Amino acid sequence: MSRHAVFLAPAALMVMALAAPLAAETAPQDVVFDDFGSIAEPLSDTAGNAEQGAVVYVDRSTGNCVACHAIADRTDADFQGNIGPSLDGAGDRWTTEQLRGIVADAKRTFPESMMPSMYKTSGYIRPGDAFTGKAGTEPLPPLLTAQQIEDVVAYLATLKE
Amino acid sequence: MTTPFRMAAAAAMACALSLPALAETAPENTDPIVINAGELELPTAVPPPAHLDGAVPEIYSGWLFRDAATQVMQTDDFQNPGMIFVDQGITEWNTVEGAAEKSCASCHEDISVAMKGLRATTPKVNKDGVLWSVEDYVNDCRVNRMEAEALDWNGDRMKNLTAAISMQSRGMPVDVAIDGPAQPFWEQGKEMYYTRYGQLELSCSNCHEDHYGDWIRADHLSQGQTNGFPVYRLKDAGLVSQHNRFRGCVRDTRAETFAIGSDEFRALELYVASRGNGLPVEGVSVRH
Ligand code: HEC
Ligand code: HEC
Repeated sequence: MSRHAVFLAPAALMVMALAAPLAAETAPQDVVFDDFGSIAEPLSDTAGNAEQGAVVYVDRSTGNCVACHAIADRTDADFQGNIGPSLDGAGDRWTTEQLRGIVADAKRTFPESMMPSMYKTSGYIRPGDAFTGKAGTEPLPPLLTAQQIEDVVAYLATLKE
Repeated sequence: MTTPFRMAAAAAMACALSLPALAETAPENTDPIVINAGELELPTAVPPPAHLDGAVPEIYSGWLFRDAATQVMQTDDFQNPGMIFVDQGITEWNTVEGAAEKSCASCHEDISVAMKGLRATTPKVNKDGVLWSVEDYVNDCRVNRMEAEALDWNGDRMKNLTAAISMQSRGMPVDVAIDGPAQPFWEQGKEMYYTRYGQLELSCSNCHEDHYGDWIRADHLSQGQTNGFPVYRLKDAGLVSQHNRFRGCVRDTRAETFAIGSDEFRALELYVASRGNGLPVEGVSVRH
């Protein structure tokens, strides 16, 4: 369920409100990047969960990072792509803040990168409605939620050599 | 992109930061496609046309990027499942339809003579200054000379006919005109080729110029050449038109696609064809 759906459904909202204080998330347009593309502040106040992030990483309908990247110990993935660099040791090469920036909007770290911007909602040319081929209306739901980004970042940070 | 050893963290980081976005990988071999045990040899790698201006060192048939089992099906006309549709297209060629009580053959006679070379030079600008694909020539005859209804661009009858027409140019190098009246259409197609469409912000060039030879998950990226179209696709158990392929690729960028048979896709078809100028028309190629 997307977080938009959560916000729209009053019943779900109430359950959430009763169970825990509303999770605070930074909206895509409010994210602050530094000059090199890093994001200092977590996008969600719930700490990233590396295990969840590992799932998002391979899942076709969410991260699908594996379409372009390979990680040596991900023998669970049926196929791994090689468009982008291998992510083995990504947690050694990059700080958490840098990883957050790369996952949210890689083009701020690597200008012109082929890597899609995961936490961006507008500014597209012929934006579509997911994979239907039909027109979508901006702002589009971002490819990943704030929490999914924190989870993926937590997972990437564990990739040490 | 498998690195046999890891560099020191600092070096690796510097390298990642300066990493060029280009990682095209040449195919391991560039054997020709040998059809029917030597009856015809189709080269799979030729020098790029001048207009590509060094963007790729060589242009390659999509055949080179397919697995051996798929490749071999295209080397024998009895094994190539697309040939059934070529036969159906020839039947279509000879079928009388419409108020004028004519078939294609009534006017053009032998398809192997009349249609030789058409596929290698289309899309092209017609006498009225309009850019036409093979499908447009077919429908022009159907509507104006046979007085029959136009065929659906992406329907089976049209695909069968274009497959049969394409076969008559098999082995002839693609040679679409890009200058003169074709130039504005070509420019439009080129602009589209390099535009990063959709929520994934991917252009044709991202996948087919910068990363051919690489893998996007289970898909081995080719240069996205069109000299084998219409192709027979095992997954669809049928022929696939060029515009349908374009539509699929644009859709996969999470974009609003253009329509099959639209002016935009005609322009893109011309530009993509011109990137393959020099590769032989393959008739009906086989893909999985
Ligand atoms: C369509 C291709 C594509 C997809 C999908 C993709 N990436 Fe990337 N990624 C790249 C490319 C290409 C680079 C290299 C940077 C550049 O463009 O120069 C890169 C770079 C990176 C880097 C820095 C590389 C390093 O280790 O030094 C990280 C980390 C990363 N990606 C993580 C991810 C994650 C996590 C996802 C999914 C949420 C993802 N990528 C999805 C193409 C992709
Ligand atoms: C996200 C990656 C991606 C993008 C962007 C993309 N394609 Fe493709 N394309 C593919 C894949 C994967 C295939 C199937 C494997 C192959 O032949 O490369 C393919 C196949 C093709 C083919 C069939 C080639 C053959 O030999 O059968 C053509 C033609 C083509 N693409 C044209 C285009 C055009 C034109 C665009 C831009 C409008 C485009 N593609 C954008 C991924 C992409």
